[in-house]
This record gives sequence, structure tokens and C-alpha cells, in this order.
Amino acid sequence: MKRKYYAIPYTVWMLVLIVAPMLLILYYAFTGQADGVFTLENIRAALDPLYLKVLGRSVWLALIATVICFALGYPIAYILSRMSGRKAAILSMLFIVPMWMNFLLRTYAWMTLLDTNGLINQLVTSLGMKRLQLMNTQGAVVVGMVYNYLPFMILPIYNILQKMPRSNIEAAQDLGANGFQVFTRVVFPLSLPGVISGITMVFVPTITTFAISRLLGGSQFMLYGDLIETQFISIGQANGGWNVGAALSCIMMVLVLLCMAVTNRFDKGGEGGTLL
Amino acid sequence: MSKKKYGALKTFFIVLMLIFMYAPIIVLIFYSFNESRTMANWGGFSLKWYAALLKDRDIMEALKVTLSVAVLSSLAATVLGTTAAIGINSMKKRSRSLIMSATNLPVINPDLVTGVSLMFMFSLLAVPQGYTRLLLAHITFNIPYVILSVLPKLRQTSDLYYEAALDLGATPSYALRKVILPQIMPGILSGAILAFTLSLDDFVVSFFAQQGAQNLSIYIYALARRGINPKINALSAILFVVVLTLLLTVNLMGGRDSEEYKQARRLKAERKAQKRARKAR
Amino acid sequence: MNRKIALLMAVVMLCALFVGCSAGEEQTGEKMSLYVLNWGDYIDEEMLDAFREEYPNIDLHYDTMTSNEEMVIRLQSPDCIYDLCFPSDYTITKLINQDLLQKIDMSKLSNYGNIDPRFLSLEFDPSNEYSIPYHWGTVGILYNTTMIQEPVDSWSILWDEKYSKQIYMYDSVRDSMMVALMKLGYSMNTMDPAEIAAAEAELTAQKPLVLAYGTDDLRDRMVSESGAMAVVYSGDAIAAIDENPNLDYAVPMEGSNIWFDNIVVPKNSKNTEAAYLFMDYLLRADVAAANTTYIGYSTPNKAAMDLVDPEMLENQIWNPDQETIDRCTTFHDLGEAEKLYHEAWTRLKAQ
Repeated sequence: MKRKYYAIPYTVWMLVLIVAPMLLILYYAFTGQADGVFTLENIRAALDPLYLKVLGRSVWLALIATVICFALGYPIAYILSRMSGRKAAILSMLFIVPMWMNFLLRTYAWMTLLDTNGLINQLVTSLGMKRLQLMNTQGAVVVGMVYNYLPFMILPIYNILQKMPRSNIEAAQDLGANGFQVFTRVVFPLSLPGVISGITMVFVPTITTFAISRLLGGSQFMLYGDLIETQFISIGQANGGWNVGAALSCIMMVLVLLCMAVTNRFDKGGEGGTLL
Repeated sequence: MSKKKYGALKTFFIVLMLIFMYAPIIVLIFYSFNESRTMANWGGFSLKWYAALLKDRDIMEALKVTLSVAVLSSLAATVLGTTAAIGINSMKKRSRSLIMSATNLPVINPDLVTGVSLMFMFSLLAVPQGYTRLLLAHITFNIPYVILSVLPKLRQTSDLYYEAALDLGATPSYALRKVILPQIMPGILSGAILAFTLSLDDFVVSFFAQQGAQNLSIYIYALARRGINPKINALSAILFVVVLTLLLTVNLMGGRDSEEYKQARRLKAERKAQKRARKAR
Repeated sequence: MNRKIALLMAVVMLCALFVGCSAGEEQTGEKMSLYVLNWGDYIDEEMLDAFREEYPNIDLHYDTMTSNEEMVIRLQSPDCIYDLCFPSDYTITKLINQDLLQKIDMSKLSNYGNIDPRFLSLEFDPSNEYSIPYHWGTVGILYNTTMIQEPVDSWSILWDEKYSKQIYMYDSVRDSMMVALMKLGYSMNTMDPAEIAAAEAELTAQKPLVLAYGTDDLRDRMVSESGAMAVVYSGDAIAAIDENPNLDYAVPMEGSNIWFDNIVVPKNSKNTEAAYLFMDYLLRADVAAANTTYIGYSTPNKAAMDLVDPEMLENQIWNPDQETIDRCTTFHDLGEAEKLYHEAWTRLKAQ
């Protein structure tokens, strides 16, 4: 049997359960609920200024979370990569362990800390200060995002920094560069594929999350993921929820593709430095 | 900044970050032993929430679903993905890039979109609700990761060995099994493990693609929506211990054979040899 | 590397074994499945366990959800798996109109006589063929008497800036819109777009003062005194006051919602025999008494009323007087106007 035919079972599966479903999203986004006739009504509804505001809010929060993850993650990855053998292995494992805990549990953990009677407030009140309102705020959602996705930023950067040949650094030092210059001119640029990978793995999920904002934000303000979830779970097919929801999903896909295109520009080598 | 101060700052930072990562989990575990239900007061040490957890039928059911789906879907994905990778590797550039674009869709797309698209498709095909849909969904998003793990390994292996085997009289399938498969085994294994992990932790796709079958994530979400519940704390504690143990054992066991350890040993041996040589002069 | 492989293979085998064993478990005996969809925290779990023990050949799957709208959507899906659901009054009307329910043969339920006739043939199921009463109650304000010194008797206290960020609202479109409509003096079943818009404006103005929109979690939050007041169902109020005596409950003067949750059987139900057994079980006096005591909601089961703690009969929240009941109205199905409510609610939440 010709070797390329080995791919047939998968190709069929792929067409039915990967490609066709995508086409279905397009179908529902561009057809009317009642009659199945082509319409731009759903897209128009999805571009409602209020929904765009929600999109803006989601992007903004995702950006903040990504920046924080980067600001914390890069130094961690850098310090770890400079460590030797055993120590590095154990520490890097310690930073990875939370990633293996269930995602919902990690979010729930912050519910217990930030709650009005949670640990932080207990500390605050025992010091005699007034209770802080930490839950149901945008800050709580950002903290939840950072906590959940920080390991995803650390890992690719750590991988790439670790594999970096020392010779580059030594060469730069031989040529008279000081520590700072070595970092900015040699190490950081070479680590860029890992950084790009990390940013992608944090930014995309944080735009589309809804569990974190539901649990930590108290349904108080919607993020884009909430908006889509409401269309399917609360409004339903009969009321046009599938159509508007599909339209919203299309907008989300466009956004993600844009991000991919932008990051690909920085990653011309095509190295990716992904998790695999 | 002096070297010492720099070193201290580094340590401080790492310790701070570790506290950030682990404090929530430690708090969770701590309060799982709380006699009272709210965290506002410590009612004394108690194992009652663990007992309640073990008695809870729904959690056991959710655990069963999660594990079985993870095992079955990663196995299926590995088989389908490996055969796919073998096939894709032998394709011409055009068909290969077409298939790879489609393969990358579940990887790039947000979970939400994947979940919604599957919901539409399952509804159209009238696939039985619940477990069936859940399993199919998990296999679907797992296969691309297997392919992405195996394909690079395939590219690394040279066709020469395969052709040599054929020349020596092996049938193509025999050559495949005995020559190619062993060479790509690391890729297959890491793909399988990745698929298993992704499946265990999945929430969004499982939530949208089907109703009725609860995996652990869906169960926790439903429970957490209703507020703080020490049963969840108990569950977290157990899961944390399991995960930590697993990772520690894998890392420590692999420690002896790990690259770094070998390298360190080699360097040590070299240095010793150099010392001896120097002394001998 | 070999060791790692071996270890991981072992883990996988173990899991598979686990799965295999439990799968084997399910094959023994003639098992009937039963899929139930109910509100969260709406049954005494011990009653579920007792049912499973009494009927070991029924594999009971118990799912929960938090809103009527969610329930409807699940029932509308052609591959709905549920055999029993617990929708509220207006939702039952909608389900009957959409032909999503099957008629219940009351003669098959031996404990049917336990139901107080007051709760039969109500406006949402006038022919009394589609539903069995389960629980009922009112909607009102649960408030902390140590945080609020003034009398609580009007919905407008939820708009009082004095209590900014100490107010909890209910995360459901009908309930929260009802609060706003009542405050404005309109009907909670209005289909007038102007009135709906006015209610939306009220809620939008209130949003900055709201600490959170919650459902089942509001009870615990009030118990732990995270807020000063919350819109809750009467049963939640009873359970909360039980845990924290600082709390009290009031049904405002403007009037409120009285609701009835009934059991229905979806049209596509496959396990009707098991469904009838479970319904009959829930109608038993002792089971109904345990349920009402545990979750705090009022019961329509007169046989159960005889079994409960006499103190409960005196509880104004659990057993409200006629004057309070007269102030309250049930929800009606809004038909086309429902869309307006949903849009208003989505806009409010997206702010």
C-alpha cells in the first residue's frame, strides 16, 4: 500500500469533524434563524457597539494579563535557565506542577483567597483595616488569568533559553560586551521565538475565557467568552442564539488570526519554539 | 549591583514567585480540613469533607468519565494520528500543506470556537448525546497534537533504513513496523502523553460539544458556580498530591538517565582526568 | 527514558483497569437508567442515596442547572436525554405550548393523594395532566439586620446608595426584571416595550451599586456576611437564616413573585418507568418532609406538612399568611415579548 494512503482514515475524520464544523459556523453566522436565508443581520447584531465594548474589555484584560505574565515569566525563565542541573530541574518542575492541576481548581483556589471572608481579607481585618472588595472585580479576573497561564509563558522561554549555546554569550563577552549588552543584544533576540510562543499561549486563551470571569468576576461584567456562552446556553437556538453566537465566534476567529499573523512576522525563522 | 546583592535579589524573586504559585493551593488544602463550612472561622480539624467527597456519587462518576475519556481518546488519537503522520510525510507538498492547515485549526482556534463548531456538527449528524459526543470531541482535538509530535520525528528519520529493509526482502508493512516505528516512538509517546493531558484538563470543548456527560472540570464548574464548597478543597488536595507524586517519581526516576546528569558525570570524569594528568607532570 | 516509558505505561494501564472494572460493574443486572435535571441544591442528597438503595437496578444520573431558560434549551434539543425536569410555572406553559412534554398518568402514582389540592390545576397546567407539584415559594429580600437599621419593606432599598456594593441581585432575567418592574409599579408580566425599557434603565442605574449577580451562591455569601442584602427565593432565605440568625427576609409591599416548581416528563424521555418510580418516591410524605426541611422551600405535600417540625408551620417565610400570598403574582409565559427581556438583560450584563 502506498504510504500516503495511511492518512486516509484521518483525512476523512478531519473533513467531517474539523473542516465541516468550521463551515457550519460560517453557515449559522450568515443565515437567518427562521428561514436559513443568507443574511448579514447576525454580523450586524454581533457588531453592536455594546458587544464591541465587551470585546474591547476582553482584549484589554487579556493584554494586561499577558504583559504581567511576560514581566514575571521571563525573569523566572531566565534565572532558571542559568541554574545548573539538579536545582534547575527541581525548580522548573515546581513551576510546572500547578499547570498539571485542573484549570478550574486553580481558578477556584483564588475564589477562596479573594472572597470577602477569604484569607486575604482575614489578614487585612486582623491588622485592623477595613475589608477589601477583591472578588467580582476586573482585578480578580486578571489575577486569575495570570495565575492560570503563567506556566505557559515560562515554559517555552525556559526551553529556548536553556538550549541556547553558551558560545554565543562567551563570544559576545570576548568582544567586550558587558552583562547588560550581552542580554539585550544577544540573549533576548535569540529567545524571541520562545517569547512569541509564550505570548500566543497566554493571549489567545485569555481573550476567550469565560470560566474565569464567571467564577472570579461574579457575572458582573461580561467578557467575550461570556457573551458567546450566553447566546448558546441562555438564549438558545430558537431565539437566534446560535446565529448570533456563530457570528460572534467568527469575529473572535478573525481576531485570533490577526494575532497569529502579527506574531508570525516576528517569527520569520518559523522556529515557533512551541510546547512540543 | 554587586554580585551578592544580585544573587540575593534573584533568590528572593524566585521564592516570591513560588509563594505566588503555591499559596492558593496550600490554602485550599489547609481549609479542606476545616470542620466548619465557611472559611470565616476555623472549626477544628476534620476529615468530614473527604468522607463527603468519597460518598459523592457525582464526583466518582465525573472521575470515571474523565479518566476513561482521556485514556480512550488519547489511544484513538495516537493510532489515527500516527498513521496520519506517516501518510502525510509521504505526500506531495500541495496536499501536505492543505492537510496541515486543517490539522492546525483545532490547535490555533480558541477552545470556545472548537466546542461550538462541534456542537453544530454533532447536532446536524444527530450523534447520540453525552458520552459519545464527549469522546468524539476529545479524539478530534487530540489527533492534531499527535500528528504535530510525530511528524518532526518522521522528518528526522532517514528513508535509507526503510529502503535497506525492503532491499533485504522485508514487506513494506514489516519494514514499517520494525524500522520506522521504533525510530519515531519518542514522538508517538510524547504525542500520546500530550493528548492524555489535554483530555484530562479539558473544560470548554467538553462543555459546549455535549450536554449530559460530566467530566471533572464540568462538575467542578457547576459546583464552584454555587459558591465555596470544602468538598472541592478536598478534591484539590487529593489531586495535588497525586500530580506531585507522579511528577516527582517521573523526574527522579528519569534523573539517573537524564542528559544533564550524563553530561555532568562526563565533565566530572574529564576534570578528574585532567587533575591526574597535571599531578603526573 | 525507558524507565519513564515504563512508569507511564503502568499509569495508563492502571487507569484503563479502573475504567474496565467500573464498566464491568454496570453490566451486572438489568439496569434502568434515569436522567434527572433539577435546580442546584434542590433535594436532600440523602434522599437520593436512599432512592438508589431502594432501587438498586435504577442507575440515577442527577444533573443540575441554574435557570429555567437553560432548562428549556436543553429540552428543545432533539437529543435531550432527560427523563424528569423541574421547571417553574411559566416555563411549563411554554413547554406545553411547544409540545415538549408528555402527559403524566396520575393513576400510576400511588402517593398522588398526598398533594394539597390547592396546588393542583393552577393556571400554568389547568388540566393538571403535565406536572406534579414539587416545591413553591416567594421571592424577596434577604437582609442582614446588623447592617441595615431601617425597616425593609420596599424594593427601592436595593437602589439605596447607602448600601453601595453591598447589594446582591439574582442572576436570572425574569427575577431581576421583576424586581425593577415591581419597583416601578408595572406588572411583572408586561409585554409593553416602553415598560420593559424603563425596567432596563432602572437596572442599569443600579448596576454600579451591585456587588454581584448570583444564584445558589448568594445564600452562603449572605451567611458569611459578604453583603447587606440579596434578592433570593424564600427557601434559600430559610436555609440562610438557619445558619446565621442575624438575617431576615421580607416580601416587599409593592408585591413580588410567587412561584411553583413542578416535575415534568419530557416528550423524548426513554425511561418513563423509572421516572414514575422516582416521582412517586418524591411524593412520599417522609421524603417530601425531609426535602422541605433540608432545603427550606415550602412543600405542596399536605401529608408532609403533618410530619415536619411544628416550628416550621409557624415560620412566616415557609408558611406565609394569605395577605402575603395575595401580594404576589406568578410569572406568565411572555411569548414573543420574551425576546425583549433577553435583549435588555444581555445589554445590562454587557455594560
